[in-house]
Amino acid sequence: METLFQKIQSGALWDFHGGIHPPTRKSQTSQKPIAVMPVPERLYIPLRQHTGVAGQLLVQEGQRVLKGQALTASDNAMTVPVHAATSGTVIAITEHTSAHPSSLPEPAIILEPDGLDEWRPREPMSLTTADNHAILERIQDSGIAGLGGAGFPTHLKIGKYQEIKYLIINAAECEPYITADDLLMQEEATTIVKGIDILCKLLNPQIVLIGLENDKPVASAAMKAACSQRQNYHIREVPVKYPSGGQKQLIKLLTGQEVPSGRRSTDIGIVMLNIGTVFAIAQAVLDDHPLISRVVTVTGDTLSQPQNVLALIGTPVSTLLSYCGFQPERRQRVIMGGPMMGFTLPDLSVPVVKITNCILAPTHKELPAAREETDCIRCSACADACPATLLPQQLLWYSKAQDTDKLKEYNLFDCIECGACAYVCPSEIPLVQYYRVAKADIREQQRDALKAEQTKARFDARNQRLEQEKQERLRRNQELAAARQKAQQDTGASNAVADALARIKARQQQTEPAGDQNREHIIAEREKQKQQARAYQQRKTVTGQQTAEAGTPATQSETAVPAENAQQAAIAAAIARAKAKKAQTKSAPTEDIAAETPAAAVTTANETTTDDPRKAAIAAAIARAKAKQAQQSTEAKEAPPAATVTTTNEAATDDPRKAAIAAAVARAKARKQTNSESS
Amino acid sequence: MSLLTALSAIGILAVLFGGILGYAAIRFKVDSDPLVDQIDEILPQTQCGQCGYPGCRPYAEAIAGGDAINKCPPGGEATIKKLADLMGVEAKPLDAAQTPAIKRVAYIREDECIGCTKCIQACPVDAIVGASKLMHTVLSDECTGCDLCVEPCPVDCIEMLPVPVTTDSWKWNLNTIQVRVLE
Repeated sequence: METLFQKIQSGALWDFHGGIHPPTRKSQTSQKPIAVMPVPERLYIPLRQHTGVAGQLLVQEGQRVLKGQALTASDNAMTVPVHAATSGTVIAITEHTSAHPSSLPEPAIILEPDGLDEWRPREPMSLTTADNHAILERIQDSGIAGLGGAGFPTHLKIGKYQEIKYLIINAAECEPYITADDLLMQEEATTIVKGIDILCKLLNPQIVLIGLENDKPVASAAMKAACSQRQNYHIREVPVKYPSGGQKQLIKLLTGQEVPSGRRSTDIGIVMLNIGTVFAIAQAVLDDHPLISRVVTVTGDTLSQPQNVLALIGTPVSTLLSYCGFQPERRQRVIMGGPMMGFTLPDLSVPVVKITNCILAPTHKELPAAREETDCIRCSACADACPATLLPQQLLWYSKAQDTDKLKEYNLFDCIECGACAYVCPSEIPLVQYYRVAKADIREQQRDALKAEQTKARFDARNQRLEQEKQERLRRNQELAAARQKAQQDTGASNAVADALARIKARQQQTEPAGDQNREHIIAEREKQKQQARAYQQRKTVTGQQTAEAGTPATQSETAVPAENAQQAAIAAAIARAKAKKAQTKSAPTEDIAAETPAAAVTTANETTTDDPRKAAIAAAIARAKAKQAQQSTEAKEAPPAATVTTTNEAATDDPRKAAIAAAVARAKARKQTNSESS
Repeated sequence: MSLLTALSAIGILAVLFGGILGYAAIRFKVDSDPLVDQIDEILPQTQCGQCGYPGCRPYAEAIAGGDAINKCPPGGEATIKKLADLMGVEAKPLDAAQTPAIKRVAYIREDECIGCTKCIQACPVDAIVGASKLMHTVLSDECTGCDLCVEPCPVDCIEMLPVPVTTDSWKWNLNTIQVRVLE
C-alpha cells in the first residue's frame, strides 16, 4: 500500500469537483516574447497595492527619487512598501483612481521619470551566507505581495511557524487569455528555480510541486530543463480546466488533500506561491531588485499587437494599450484581470499594480455584453460546476433574501468567486455578484459587531472611571471634614453640632419678640429686590429695540471693510458680528454707547487682522464663544426673570450659572444678616 | 381505601416535586435577566441616547420591560428586525420622529477649537482627545456618531461628517464586474 506522500511523489494527480472549460484564447499572446515597454511619461504608484495597510510615506512632493527607492516604509507586519519604478521627481502625492472594482480614489504618488533610470545602490545577497531572517526582511522590504491576484504579503506566508511538507508553485494560469506566467516560465525559468531554492532554504519542505496546465508545453519544457539538477522539484501538468489555478483546487489536484473550511493551507502543511511571486523573490534577494515591474498580458481583438509586456508598476493602462496598438470601438470596455474574475475599468488612467496580470480590451463580438437576467429555473448546472462544492442556487436565494445566518450555514465564505456558476447559468444570472454583495454585507455586519463590542467596553470603562472619581472625591471631602473637625476640637472650640443646637434653641426663645422686627426687614428686602427687577426689565425692553437699530450700522461697516485679503476680511467680519452681538447684550444699561460699539468693534477687528492670522482665528473663536454665551444668557433671562432679580447688573450679563451662584450668595448673605440681627 | 391511597400518593408526589422545584428555583437563581443581555448585544452600542434612555443597556432593559423596539436610529432596520425576532413581536418601521441612520463621525475643525474640554466630557466612549486650552480632536475609529458632543461646543466647531466609503468598506455593485459568457 502506497502512502499518500509516495503517491504524490510518483506523480499521481487528483481531480476537483466541477469546473468549466471556457475557450482559452491564449495563442494570441503565448508565442510572442515579452516586450519591454519604454518608460511612460507619468507613473501613478498607489501607496497600497497589497492586502493590509499602507506604509508611512517616506518622500515629499518635489523630491527626486532613484529607481528602486522605497516610497513608503514597511513599518509593521501587515505592510509592504512600494518603490519608485524609475528615477525621477515626485510631482504630487494625491488621490488617484484605484485599480479596484470600486474605482474609488486612493492615495498615490505621481512620479515624473527623468529618463536616466538611475538605480539606488544595490546590495545583492548570497544564498549561502545570508540567514533566513535577513532574507525574509529583504522580501518584505522589496514590497513583495502575492502576484497571483490576492496581494497577500509574501513574508507573512513564508515566515515559518509550522512544519511545511509541500511547497506548491502555482503556474496553472487557468483563466482565459492570460499568458503572463507562461511567458515568464519560458524566458526566466532559471531565475524562477533560484527563487524556489530560496523558498526551500526558508521553508525546508519535503517536496516541491510546480503545477501548470498541460497547454503550456514550451514553459513546461523550460522548467523541466531548469529543474533537472534538483531531485525534489517536480513539474506536474494538470488537465486544462477552469479554475485549476485556485489555491484549494490546485492543492486538491496535486496532493489529493482539501483545505478545511475557514482554515489556511499552512494548517495542513502546504505553502503555495504564484510563480510570478517566486520570480520576484529571486530578483529581490539575489539582485536587490524590488518589485517595480511585472509581466502583464495585454490582449483582446481591439489590439493590433496583443502581447506580454514587462510594465513598470504605476504605468497607466492607456499607455500600455496604445503601446500594443489599441483601436477602441464605440463604447469600448477595458477589463483589468481576466474575463472570468476581472473588472471593467471606469477610465484608462488606472495604473498597473502588483496584482495586475492582464489588461483585456475585447471587441463586442469577442466578449458580448451580458444579456438580461431571468429567473432561476433550478437546473442545478451551477451546483455541478462549482469547484467548492457549494449550492449556488441556495446561496442566490438567501443572498436575495439577505438571510445572513443561512448564507453562513451554506458556507458562502468558501466561495472563491471564480464565476463558474455564472458562466454555466442558462438564466444569465450574475451569481458571483450576488455573493460578493452578500459577502460585503456580512463583513460589514461583522465589523459593526466588533465595533459595538469595543464601544461597549469603552463606555463601561468610562462609567467605571467616572464612578471611581466620584467616590474618590467623596472620600476626600469626608477626610477634609474630619480633619477640620479635629482641628476645631484641638483648638478647644466646642462641638459644631452642639453650637448649632444651642443657636437654634436661643433663636426659638427669641422668636416671639424678634418676629415683627424680622418680618419688617424681610419685607423691606423684598421691596428692594422687586424694584431692581423692574428696573432691569425696563432696561431689557430698551435693549431689545436697540438691537434692531444697532444691527444696521454693523452690517454697513462690514461691507465697508476693504477686501484686500478675502480671508482676513472674512475673519474681521466674523469678529465684528460677534462683537456686535456681544455689544447688544452687554451694553444694556447705556443706550448711547451701544450705538457706537459696532463701529468700534470693526476698527478693533481691522487692527486684529494686521496681526498674524492665527491670533485672528483665536480672537474669532473667542468672540464666537462669547456670542453664543451671551445669546444663551439672554434666553435664560427671558425665561425666568425672577431668578436673576437679586443679582447685580454685571452678573446678569454673565452666564446663567454664574447668575445663579451670585443669587445664592446674595440670599445666603441676606439670611446671615437677618440671623445676626435676630440674635 | 383505594381512593385514599391514590390521593395520598398524588399528594406525596406533589409535595415532593414542589420541593424539588422550590429548591431548584433558589439553587439555580439567575441574577440578571438574560434577555436584557441578549437585547444589549443586538443594540449597536453607540450610547447616543436617541432612544430617550441614557445608553444602550438602559434601553435594553426598557425593551425587556415592554418598551417599543423601534427607537434606535443608529441600528436601523436590521436591528429592529433582530429585536423583533428575539422578542417575538412585529417589526415596526423606525420611529417617525427619528431620522434613519447614515453612518457619521464627529469632526472638530481644529483651528476653531478653543480647548474648552466640554465635548470631551460629553463623549460617552472617550473618543475625543485634548486638554484644557489645547486643541481637541476626534478619534474617528472610536467615534460612534452619537451627536452628543455637538451641542456642548461653545464655538460650534464640531460637525458630523458621513463616513466615506473606502475600497475596504465598499459594497459590490452588481454591474461593475463583467462575468461574461465566452462563446
